Amino acid sequence: MIAHSVFFYFFSLIAIISAVMVTVSKNTVHSVFFLILDFISISCLFIMIGAEFLGMIMLIVYVGAVAVLFLFVVMMLNVAEQKGQWFSSRWDGGTHIPIGLLVSLIIFFELIIVIGGWKYKPDLLNSLSVNISSDVTNTRSIGNVLYTDYILLFQISGMILLVAMIGAIVLTYRERAGVKRQSYVKQISRERDEGVDLVDVEKNKGVKIDA
Amino acid sequence: MESYFSILFTEVYKIFFLLVPVLVSVAMIVWLDRRVWAFVQKRRGPNVVGPFGLLQSLADALKYIFKEIIIPASSNKLVFVLAPVVTMTLALISWAVIPFGEGFVLADINVGILYLFAVSSLGVYGIIMGGWASNSKYPFLGAIRSAAQMVSYEVSIGVIIINVLLCVGSLNLSDIVMAQQNLWFVIPLFPMFVIFFISALAETNRPPFDLPEAEAELVAGYQTEYSGMMYAMFWLGEYANILLMCAMGSVLFLGGWLTPIDIFPFNAIPGPFWLIFKILFLFILFALVKATVPRYRYDQLMKLGWKIFLPFSLFYVVLTSSFLLYFDLLPGK
Repeated sequence: MIAHSVFFYFFSLIAIISAVMVTVSKNTVHSVFFLILDFISISCLFIMIGAEFLGMIMLIVYVGAVAVLFLFVVMMLNVAEQKGQWFSSRWDGGTHIPIGLLVSLIIFFELIIVIGGWKYKPDLLNSLSVNISSDVTNTRSIGNVLYTDYILLFQISGMILLVAMIGAIVLTYRERAGVKRQSYVKQISRERDEGVDLVDVEKNKGVKIDA
Repeated sequence: MESYFSILFTEVYKIFFLLVPVLVSVAMIVWLDRRVWAFVQKRRGPNVVGPFGLLQSLADALKYIFKEIIIPASSNKLVFVLAPVVTMTLALISWAVIPFGEGFVLADINVGILYLFAVSSLGVYGIIMGGWASNSKYPFLGAIRSAAQMVSYEVSIGVIIINVLLCVGSLNLSDIVMAQQNLWFVIPLFPMFVIFFISALAETNRPPFDLPEAEAELVAGYQTEYSGMMYAMFWLGEYANILLMCAMGSVLFLGGWLTPIDIFPFNAIPGPFWLIFKILFLFILFALVKATVPRYRYDQLMKLGWKIFLPFSLFYVVLTSSFLLYFDLLPGK
């Protein structure tokens, strides 16, 4: 039991410190690295309470994919420069700060509600309609409710993600003129008489050969 | 408290006896890779140090240890030093869940295959960190290429794993092996095995997908600024990852520690040896591919991953699940 609490406090300390460091550190890339550390320690906490499936999915989805994309964006777009500008008086490109304040206020109130609701946790556990048995692995039990009771919500969230993905593609897609694309079929099915073209070139005129 | 320390001691002892063979076999596998590569090209390969050149890797390691470690002045020093450490650690911790025999596994966890998948998806960080912290153009380009490549091919590996899991009904690696007692999954899921093999090549940055370290364009990619033991750690981590991918392939498709035929001369050989044979078989395939296939162009690489492998493996998921449903073969009911 002592070992358990030692590990718990170890991981939660790392999680909290790295969460603070995400917002505090000057270098944006360092922020993302701390965010990754935060995700990893939180997935360790998930594993410690026995939710091994959630912990692993957290690692695969957030650390393995989402944070890589964060890193991409941060490395490519030079966010650090813009971040410096937001707080200087010279900057006049719209106001992010009020929206940011609004979002953080909402998150703050949500956190208060969550922490306040902690008191009702035993009642909640008693009134749950799903019976939790400890001899089934939690991967199986998540699958059992996700694909039966909550199939509609599951499908709707999938649809929303699909729509968001299509939206992102539509927003960023731009057709470029004059791009030559490689077509394997065209290359392989080329015959000699299409490939060789005899042209009579007039003197001092030249001819344009571009197929 | 007493019992806690004894548990800790036995675990450390087990980890030690897992990691030392893995590290030694990584060194040997480098030699094997170079030998196979040389034989395909009608050369001798490393054959001077020790019998058949077996000690070549040890000599190389010794050379790396005595070389100076140079940390570029404009680099981000902490991240620069951490990158090879991360690569090496991630390459080694995944061995904890590989089952070498029935009950012969360091950590027999319920979500073993997810753990393997998660750790291999973390592997990209060592490369990104190294490329970014070097603060130099070639390493950065190499890191960006490698990140895009590994994320793309992970997707198809994930879908391939779903195919196998549909046939098993459990995420535990030992269960996956035991489910293949009658039929190795390489037979019903042969197309998936081929795609897994090719994706594993891309995932470990092996030729023909070694664009992150394409020497003709990027010097040595993300490793350009590294020297001495730090370079050697990247290199060891890479080969440990290749071995791990071979082990994953043999557990998922080639029946892990199971014998091919359950009759006398075969079933007398203990399980771990079968797993090692299978890993070696896959590794020699890796080496042959390296020796024979020219490097892909980057857009071809992306096209192969997203437009061919992903739709095909998704289609195979539908095929496998409908087959299992129709013939009422779904496991775990």
